[in-house]
Amino acid sequence: MSRTYVGMPAFPRAAAVSAGDTTLRANLRTATHTIRAKRAEAVAELDDWDRLRAAGAAVKDRTLRHLDHYLLQLEENVTRAGGTVHWAADAAEANRIVTGLVQATGESEVVKVKSMVTQEIGLNDALERAGIRAYETDLAELIVQLGDDLPSHILVPAIHRGRSEIRDIFREHMADWGRPAPEGLTDRPADLAEAARLHLREKFLRAKVAVSGANFMVAETGTLVVVESEGNGRMCLTLPDTLISVVGIEKTVPTWRDLEIYLQLLPRSSTAERMNPYTSTWTGTTADDGPRAFHLVLLDNGRTDTLADQVGRQALRCIRCSACLNVCPVYERAGGHAYGSPYPGPIGAILTPQLRGLTSPLEESLPFASSLCGACYEVCPVAIDIPDVLVHLRERVVQGGETTIRGTRTVIKPAKGHTMERAMMRTTGWVLDHPAALRRGQRLAARARRALPRRLPGPGRAWSDTRDLPEVPPESFRDWWERTRGGDA
Amino acid sequence: MSVSFTVASRCGRMKRQMIIGREGMSDVMRVGLFVTCVNDTLYPRTGRAVVSLLERLGVEVDFPAAQSCCGQPLSNTGYRHRAEALMLRYAAAFQGHEYVVTPSASCAAMVREGYPRIAARAAVEGRSRAEVERLSKAAARVVTRTYELTEFLVDVLGVTDVGAYFPHTVTYHPTCHGLRMLGLGDRPRRLLEHVRGLELRELAGAEECCGFGGTFAVKNPAVSAAMGADKTRAIRKTGARAVCAVDNSCLMHIGGTLSREGSGVRPVHIAEILAGTEGRVL
Ligand code: SF4
Repeated sequence: MSRTYVGMPAFPRAAAVSAGDTTLRANLRTATHTIRAKRAEAVAELDDWDRLRAAGAAVKDRTLRHLDHYLLQLEENVTRAGGTVHWAADAAEANRIVTGLVQATGESEVVKVKSMVTQEIGLNDALERAGIRAYETDLAELIVQLGDDLPSHILVPAIHRGRSEIRDIFREHMADWGRPAPEGLTDRPADLAEAARLHLREKFLRAKVAVSGANFMVAETGTLVVVESEGNGRMCLTLPDTLISVVGIEKTVPTWRDLEIYLQLLPRSSTAERMNPYTSTWTGTTADDGPRAFHLVLLDNGRTDTLADQVGRQALRCIRCSACLNVCPVYERAGGHAYGSPYPGPIGAILTPQLRGLTSPLEESLPFASSLCGACYEVCPVAIDIPDVLVHLRERVVQGGETTIRGTRTVIKPAKGHTMERAMMRTTGWVLDHPAALRRGQRLAARARRALPRRLPGPGRAWSDTRDLPEVPPESFRDWWERTRGGDA
Repeated sequence: MSVSFTVASRCGRMKRQMIIGREGMSDVMRVGLFVTCVNDTLYPRTGRAVVSLLERLGVEVDFPAAQSCCGQPLSNTGYRHRAEALMLRYAAAFQGHEYVVTPSASCAAMVREGYPRIAARAAVEGRSRAEVERLSKAAARVVTRTYELTEFLVDVLGVTDVGAYFPHTVTYHPTCHGLRMLGLGDRPRRLLEHVRGLELRELAGAEECCGFGGTFAVKNPAVSAAMGADKTRAIRKTGARAVCAVDNSCLMHIGGTLSREGSGVRPVHIAEILAGTEGRVL
């Protein structure tokens, strides 16, 4: 059984560990800063980027508003083209459907195209429990799978691994999963890629069933779209007899003309390319070509709950480009694993607590995993105001309030552990709303200023372990003003 | 006045000339100073610098004592409802001012972006019409009148050379809310470039967050400190004697880190640099 996200610690604790890992930090810094700079160049090439971005946001918003309509249209067109559509309300249902479909073919192994959503539902583990082996075919996913690891980036799941680590993982584990690594494998990128190619080719040629996700689903024709760089997706989508695609319902776009917007926004934002190397599209099944059977599993798993939140729903526009991760100063130091889900970085911080609900200390800590610097919002190709959603979710955490859980509107209680903070905020709010009290406090601090420590005990250590406190001045501005200009205030 | 003015734009020049033209008359330009709770309590010298700078430029400064905090720390931590009273207080305190000037980019951003949002959220929550109206009116009243200091200097007064003197090497850290929410662009830099005696040193990775983030600094201390340490390393590499910004809250974090590291680099608010003259270096 591979590692799972269940029972992960709250963000600050996990992040503290990775922030102290200098190798990891250096790897992440180099990787994210390189792609960050390239993205900026690729985006600057288009003089209508802002309009594309606005269109990308608007089309997604409109589609989400009429999602019921477009999903039925999609189902009708997929069915007409020879596919079968299944509806899954949650992870368990989706896993049950996929497992059943694989079992019906009599096969005991599947090849997989990189897919976030199957990570989200824990499909590989569910298949394994049913005696079915799932082989990841994306290079980085393969590294993660062989290393019994978890992905730490949307686009580059093994971003946290260096070359020599990858060589060791290949040498040690490839044999357990199929063709072993070649003798004397070096850590040269070309050699590593060749080892993966040989290992995977065997699987592509043998597999009868493939499982994929999709980047987009075009409702008007029932067409699914996968964009990728390695060609492994093309193999999986065309060679096997049966193709099962698990896709979140928010991936729908109404028409091919709408798709045009995203095929410009996505590659430039994610890999900083004008166009991605492979764009595969398929509509149901085609006689004498490609898979004989096509199943589409439409997944909700918290998406309609998210849609019910007027502020938070913009997270459903996300096209998983990972630009927000690559510019995020917090992600760069905390690493992807600290976010406790396949969706790390800024988008994970707003998506995970909404998809899962604020159900554990991890989800409750995610909205606070940000300095609100706004770099994510600036680069997001569909203009998701991530800082705004973070603040909105913080409110839910500290104050509770109305939310939707599995289709039912509920009022949730404030999260545990914020009682003292709430009291402090009440007092602070009151003092700030009573300038006379504020002044009394300032004068008290000014009188005691010589006695005030530069390091704090208890909870204050969170500040003063690494930072000196500012000196308290002998006189506040307010008092200075009154003393010098008193008359005309 | 012995100050020479470099005029940024025609519009700015016109405004400036109107102000000069009015000098000696009774209706000189009057602004309300929103000093911010952080500056009021911990950095009064920044507030004093704003006063002396603006007065030197012929602007009359008023400090309504009813002001306190913009509400940002409460709102950003998830206590938006508690920030409502502070928003109403701000709007009332500056009711009579055509211009409100503040030496804090994040507080200006709170007013301009946060206030309309507070009103909008109240509407979404289904609060009474009267309440929503009260909040949106308060927001609308101050949104267009609130200026961050460098915006006010460059856009309203139309000046980039404020006649300042600061004989030190300085590096400039553009704070996130100034950069991304207000879009201050190169305004602060243009002001600094005209300061006599000042040598501006380039800061590598300038646009990266310093790691302060309000309560983020204590809720995620490890990541915040790691970001701070990367920032101070870049600052120290410039060899500058001072690091300057448009926000003292970020400087409190940067300065606190520098001081703990035993570095002699001094954090200094841009207002204090711009207020200095040859006769009076702050
Ligand atoms: S939130 Fe925006 S920037 Fe981040 S992955 Fe999604 S689309 Fe890309």
